[in-house]
Amino acid sequence: MKELEILSYDLRKDVVDIIMAGKGGHIGGDMSVLDILVTLYFKQMNISPENPEDPDRDLFVLSKGHSVEAYYAVLCAKGFLNLETVKKEFSRFNTKYIGHPNNKLPGIEMNSGSLGHGLPVCIGMALAGKMNHRDYRVYTVMGDGELAEGSVWEAVMAASHYKLDNLCAVVDRNRLQISGCTEAVMSHKRLKDRFESFDWHVISVNGNDYEELNAAFEEAKTVKGMPTMIIANTIKGYGSAVMENKANWHHKVPTQEEYEQIIADFQKRKEALLHE
Amino acid sequence: MNKVPNRAVICDVLMEHAKTDKDITVLCSDSRGSASLAPFAEAFPEQFVEVGIAEQNLVSIAAGLAKCGKKTYAASPACFLSTRSYEQAKVDVAYSNTNVKLIGISGGISYGSLGMSHHSAQDIAAMSAVPNMRVYLPSDRHQTKHLVEALLQDEKPAYIRVGRNPVEDIYTEENCPFEMDKATILEKGEDAVLIACGEMVAPCVEAAVLLKEKGIRVSVVDMYCAKPLDAETVVNEAKGKKLVVTVEEHAPFGGLGAMVSQVVGRECPTKVINLALPDAPVVSGTSREVFDYYGLNAAGIVETVVRNLQ
Repeated sequence: MKELEILSYDLRKDVVDIIMAGKGGHIGGDMSVLDILVTLYFKQMNISPENPEDPDRDLFVLSKGHSVEAYYAVLCAKGFLNLETVKKEFSRFNTKYIGHPNNKLPGIEMNSGSLGHGLPVCIGMALAGKMNHRDYRVYTVMGDGELAEGSVWEAVMAASHYKLDNLCAVVDRNRLQISGCTEAVMSHKRLKDRFESFDWHVISVNGNDYEELNAAFEEAKTVKGMPTMIIANTIKGYGSAVMENKANWHHKVPTQEEYEQIIADFQKRKEALLHE
Repeated sequence: MNKVPNRAVICDVLMEHAKTDKDITVLCSDSRGSASLAPFAEAFPEQFVEVGIAEQNLVSIAAGLAKCGKKTYAASPACFLSTRSYEQAKVDVAYSNTNVKLIGISGGISYGSLGMSHHSAQDIAAMSAVPNMRVYLPSDRHQTKHLVEALLQDEKPAYIRVGRNPVEDIYTEENCPFEMDKATILEKGEDAVLIACGEMVAPCVEAAVLLKEKGIRVSVVDMYCAKPLDAETVVNEAKGKKLVVTVEEHAPFGGLGAMVSQVVGRECPTKVINLALPDAPVVSGTSREVFDYYGLNAAGIVETVVRNLQ
């Protein structure tokens, strides 16, 4: 798992470079969700750029679509996309590399952007897996601010009704949204209880810890008759003290000075891992 | 008088094909009875998904199923399907380009006495404004059958609106000319053209007979394909005529009348009158009572044509 953590700092740099090149992006949520995406794409999901339409592949929908820069970085590292192309194209005129997932790009299954869509779409995918007797698993990542969308709860209700044990959803619980602390904007008290009361298997982990994330996804595979929700407690802006736990880094573009500090912080943490 | 509502025909066609095509999947939001889809649910429980009263979920789940190869038909009252789940139709169906056919049942003012919450007088405008969404309003049971047969052959999104009650036959089983995305010309006349969709085609046919008795000859066009609009037929029929009258069970904005007017204004300018529901909460009553009240009947169409040709 350590090599993935080391990789994550290279990918964090890619994310920041994409944002600097495109002069925009949702950097804070990119940093909180990145370790979840790396664990899924490099440790968990059966998916390959050589066979992107494999009917048995695992399916992923980035419900918090604004974290697309993290998604781009992971899809590049996995071989679906090319990093130099992403940096050149991101947010430019007439590009496919827009600020939310676009299924005209390789590796992206569904368009997203508007919140509260990923989980219900994944229910359809998971139901299709059951109907077609296929063993693939379906994953989605939502933001915690996203949980205020009513459509999320329609889906939470339906997933357990259909006993979708091939579905695993993740909440990127970074506790910040654009207006500030999630608990001040719309609180999610007893979040674990809420999902459990809808008959979900719920696992709460440190969402920036690879061992914990991987163990949670492994546990989810063993659960029968109900879907699994992983509450990934993350730090928004994770990787550099410049951004960590700061609401104004929701979609801030670093200044050159901040950029240099952020990259130096990434490097420092990566070096520390290498010398452990 | 025909006793079979268009929604029942949709069920019949889907059941016929579901026997051999296991990917056909029907979804309802506690609407299987009102959609006449209970027989499908009964006969093909493994190809039927009940989502409960949750129209947003209905459409997103259909999109997810479609992404995995299912040919999905999501049926719910048009009033809810075209507004409550509008964003899901836009993002998960049209934008993601999933093979979801949205069946808006009891459309227009079918639920006449239930009030504005249950009317869908905005669905043509709303759905047509979404890129990659097609909008169809078949006029009778025979055309509905041909339309659903055609939709089963493609993998693109579509919204289909049908009414609650049986409507008079326009066609017969043996004689129902149908070409996908091409309007059907029911009558040819040189004085004016009546262009209608859905339940408004029947009063146009009736009006044409009454007008002929007055010496006025009109063309009648069944424009079941509101989007993509058959602009070629609009131009061919409007060109050289003094008057175009559109008739629709819809608000006066953004519907068939607006789309026909755009084409006529651009290609062959002439006078266009749009007969539609008012920009106001619609009076309560049966469909017939409501149509009569607003002049969306043969007499109202005749009066409009005569007055505007003078």
